[in-house]
Amino acid sequence: MTAALPLIAVWLAALGLNGWLARQPGRLPVLLVPLIFGATLLVLWEMACRSFAIPAVILPAPSQIWTAFIGNLPLLWGDFVQTILKGALTGWLIGAALAVLTAIAIDRSPFLQRGLLPIGNFVAALPIVGIAPILVMWFGFDWQSKAGVVVVMVFFPILVNMVAGLAATDALARDQIATWGTSYPQALFKLRLPAAMPFLFNGLKITTTLALIGAIVAEFFGSPTRGMGFRISTAVGQLNMALVWAEILVAALAGTAFYGIVALVEKRVTFWHPSQRQ
Amino acid sequence: MSRALPVLTVLSVIVLVWYGAAIGLNAPWARDQAARAGEALSPRQLVERTMTQERPVLPAPHQVAKGLWDGITGQKITSKRSLVWHGWITLSATLAGFAIGSLAGILLAVGIVHSRVVDLSVMPWAVASQTVPILAIAPMVIVVFASAGVTGLLPKAMISAWLSFFPVLVGMVKGLRMPDAMQMDLMRSWNASRAQVFWRLRLPSAMPYLFASLKVAVAAALVGTIVGELPAGATAGLGARLLSGSYYGQTIQIWAALFAAAALAAGLVAIIAGIERATLRRMGLAR
Repeated sequence: MTAALPLIAVWLAALGLNGWLARQPGRLPVLLVPLIFGATLLVLWEMACRSFAIPAVILPAPSQIWTAFIGNLPLLWGDFVQTILKGALTGWLIGAALAVLTAIAIDRSPFLQRGLLPIGNFVAALPIVGIAPILVMWFGFDWQSKAGVVVVMVFFPILVNMVAGLAATDALARDQIATWGTSYPQALFKLRLPAAMPFLFNGLKITTTLALIGAIVAEFFGSPTRGMGFRISTAVGQLNMALVWAEILVAALAGTAFYGIVALVEKRVTFWHPSQRQ
Repeated sequence: MSRALPVLTVLSVIVLVWYGAAIGLNAPWARDQAARAGEALSPRQLVERTMTQERPVLPAPHQVAKGLWDGITGQKITSKRSLVWHGWITLSATLAGFAIGSLAGILLAVGIVHSRVVDLSVMPWAVASQTVPILAIAPMVIVVFASAGVTGLLPKAMISAWLSFFPVLVGMVKGLRMPDAMQMDLMRSWNASRAQVFWRLRLPSAMPYLFASLKVAVAAALVGTIVGELPAGATAGLGARLLSGSYYGQTIQIWAALFAAAALAAGLVAIIAGIERATLRRMGLAR
């Protein structure tokens, strides 16, 4: 019980500091408070691991994870290239391109839209990662099968968003552009595709995480001797938890960066949209 | 009703494409077998043989349907080959995790709405965590719990709780913040206490958002449970069924488990949608 006292003290001190900061005006607390909260959690984690002598097999301390991260940089980079760049990114790009093209293709047919959209919404809620063993059987152990899983996972959310986006122009704008005698491609490229961009990027942002999940989970069903999912499952087998957590750190960084890049591109492309105004 | 015809058309096209793909993908093996036995296959025979293989590359829809039917009605419910039994294992962990996760999400959302400290501390991390592939930690959670002597339902439930926690938290915070300044001022002019504002204004106006995020959360919880059953050498549940099917090349078993999981997901979402309709109608919010 006495071992827990310093932890409680740190927690209360950080809580008091944040409580005081949160009442201050200005932009600074908005940045500082979450950082202090995160740092406090890390410190508490480290202290708990040391004072309760938690075995590294169950929960390694942040310092051990950091050591494993720095010590295995080449290994982690290889896994990153294999899983994120080859598997997730390729699949995400193919899936997004397919979804956009499909959305444009079915855009002219209300019949197909009425048929495909309920199915798309339904499939988007299904546990699609389950197709991973099938695709691994078809396309082999290397990154192609992972990209295949990612394609299927990201296709329907992007399709549903893109179809909604293509329908988002209002009648006034469509009439206006029709009075200028535009052809279908002109109307598509000048009016409707730009108007669909906020919806498209919504779908793209949702699916960044899905892409990483698909690529990592597909590796549990068979992979070459590199890749993040492979590393996680073998390191768990060797009870090398520090390495597992280092992989999770890589996944977290990659996921945040992936999302951030897409959000940045969105800001550039849809600068005119109300949600982007300061 | 105007949707039934297009949906059925698209579905039948999918089934047709599926049959075509099954013939195409399974034909090499059938030809191989025939060449080995020294017989020549007529096209009709070839098509027949692509539909009846033991371990086809792509099982035809009726083979999957038969596998599903056998798995559900062909065995005793307690048998380890019964999909009902495996489905129940998965469902119980999903529901337990979903209950824990959404309850925790709702409670934390209430805290966030009422306290600026909690809001500033937790909310950025909750949003950032959406971009992290949390499912990747599933195998580790299982192993950590197993080494602490906890096995069975609880570790899987923790994963699905974790996955259903964030959608509920984010949706509920948004919902509880929905009342605008005018409504809040009205409550204040009636001298309502914070508890009264919460129960009479904030909570009712959060209901549509709560149900929308519950639907996302229950689907995420099911995915979490299935992935949680994959890597730990688990022997029960739909995820374990997928894994053992992929080890032994039992493609029909994989597809049957997949469709069982899909039906489970659709059923869970439909149940929540039903509760949503009933609740919103009683509250006079039905669209």
